[in-house]
Amino acid sequence: MSDNFALRLYVAGQTPKAVRAFSNLRKICEEHLQGRYSIEVIDLIENPALGRGDQILALPTLVRRLPTPIKKIIGDLSNTERVLVGLDLRPRRPSS
Amino acid sequence: MSKHRLERSEIQKAPTGIPGLDDITKGGLPQGRPTLVSGGPGSGKTLLGISFLVNGAQQFAEPGVLMTFEENAAELAQDVRSLGYDLDSLVAQKKLIVDYIHVDRSEIEETGEYDLEGLFVRLDHAITQIGAKRVMLDTIETLFGGLKDTGILRAELRRLFRWMRDRGITAVVTAERGEQMFTRQGLEEYITDAVISLDHRVHEQISTRRIRVVKYRGSTHGTNEYPFLIDRDGITVLPVTSLLLEHEAPNERVSTGLKSLDDMLGGKGYFRASTVLLSGTAGTGKTTLAAQFVESACARGEKCMYFLFEESPSQLIRNMRSTGIDLQKWVDKGLLRFHADRPNRHGLETHLLEMHHAVEVFDPDVVVLDPITNLMAVGTQADVRAMLTRVIDYFKTRGVTALFTSLTSSTQSLEATESMISSLMDTWILVAVAEEDRKRNRWIYVLKSRGMPHSNDVRAFHITDHGISITPLGKGSPAVKPLSAPSGPRRMPAPTARKRK
Repeated sequence: MSDNFALRLYVAGQTPKAVRAFSNLRKICEEHLQGRYSIEVIDLIENPALGRGDQILALPTLVRRLPTPIKKIIGDLSNTERVLVGLDLRPRRPSS
Repeated sequence: MSKHRLERSEIQKAPTGIPGLDDITKGGLPQGRPTLVSGGPGSGKTLLGISFLVNGAQQFAEPGVLMTFEENAAELAQDVRSLGYDLDSLVAQKKLIVDYIHVDRSEIEETGEYDLEGLFVRLDHAITQIGAKRVMLDTIETLFGGLKDTGILRAELRRLFRWMRDRGITAVVTAERGEQMFTRQGLEEYITDAVISLDHRVHEQISTRRIRVVKYRGSTHGTNEYPFLIDRDGITVLPVTSLLLEHEAPNERVSTGLKSLDDMLGGKGYFRASTVLLSGTAGTGKTTLAAQFVESACARGEKCMYFLFEESPSQLIRNMRSTGIDLQKWVDKGLLRFHADRPNRHGLETHLLEMHHAVEVFDPDVVVLDPITNLMAVGTQADVRAMLTRVIDYFKTRGVTALFTSLTSSTQSLEATESMISSLMDTWILVAVAEEDRKRNRWIYVLKSRGMPHSNDVRAFHITDHGISITPLGKGSPAVKPLSAPSGPRRMPAPTARKRK
């Protein structure tokens, strides 16, 4: 787990969901990825064309650009457990 | 006042540009509203939607956005290119935007609340970029496989359709046919303006595609199932009703090529742009009669299109030469063209379309279908009749005189066999063979010929090496109509034979 995490958070404007997602993400990163992550927030309202590259459909969407493979997590990231699983920071099944 | 109400009651339509579909929808899809197109896999729904977009962009100055959830854009462009649509060039001209949204459940983790604003933003962006008036969503139900929260999905789809309606977007939304409903996810609940259903059926190993306008709010529409074709020109729907019964009925007459047969038809022959059925058992000379007509038409400088469903052109030319008719001469002069095809090579609709193409390109005055009976074996009776109705309508609209030969099996009653098609024919001539004095003699008579006085005689019919001759029967020949004998034409009881008994 020495790689850096390049994360992208897609939102459309400062919606409550977007704000919630960002603060949830910050918290999780600080707790689990301190010093080895970067977050780029992309507002599709300002840059609608950018939604194409990462196949954005639902919002908010968190994309883990690095380490590969690319992972996507949609929603306001309120379930920390699921976010950690989605980022591969936690195994899918706790027992394995 | 009443005029004003009339104008308001008919909703605005966005033409699809698909031949036939705009006829059955009386002008196209409801403008500014979504239309649901449902069908099974391979039913042609994607192509219908793409035709709608491409035609919109090319013919009606309405740019379009194709948002596909199915294949990737490159594959899609390739698929439709085989049908003559060049999406890339439309994209380059800014008349079309293709956006591809791929959703794979295994790649996506869902946590907490979300919406489909990403889809809205992208769609909105695409629409604004080129000023799109048309949108196709293909197939949005795929999202149900990609996202777990169907509650959110349903609410968002409802919002999406409302949003498109508010923006005045004419949309085609394709969906996979469900078991009980038109769509698997019940999208018809959200899209209530218009529903079109596509179907792909196989009957005796030959497939037929069908289209039906299930629902069209605020508009009348054809309610039948209409066959349609997908070929190199895209989709063609073949509605019988589009041609109504409006074709001109010329009074001009054309010679049958035989003075003796003209005599039986009021002395002048067939009506131009009419339909003629020549029926009889095997070897009675139906083809020879048809060839005689072709010969005389070509001699007048008219063009003939001869559809063969049994013989090859060279075989026919050889055989006719033995009766003194030289068809090759007319082929060389460019007045006669053959189109030979095996009847079971494709379905009826494809045959119909091929005939359309051939006739459209060559623009003949006379068309022969020989024999029509072989074609009749391809589909059910109802299908064949519907197809013939359409082809005849088409011929009549073009002013083409059409001759059909029909082979009657020797065990059938001659007049009964063609009951399904005879009503479509203006003139019906029967040729039969009877054994008499250990000789097979041919008889000919005109069973009907609309709009002209015609002979009711049964006459003798001979094929010689210098053509056909028709002569009145002499004494001792059958005086009664011999062909209605229930025992069938082969054992047609000539009076002489009866005496011997």
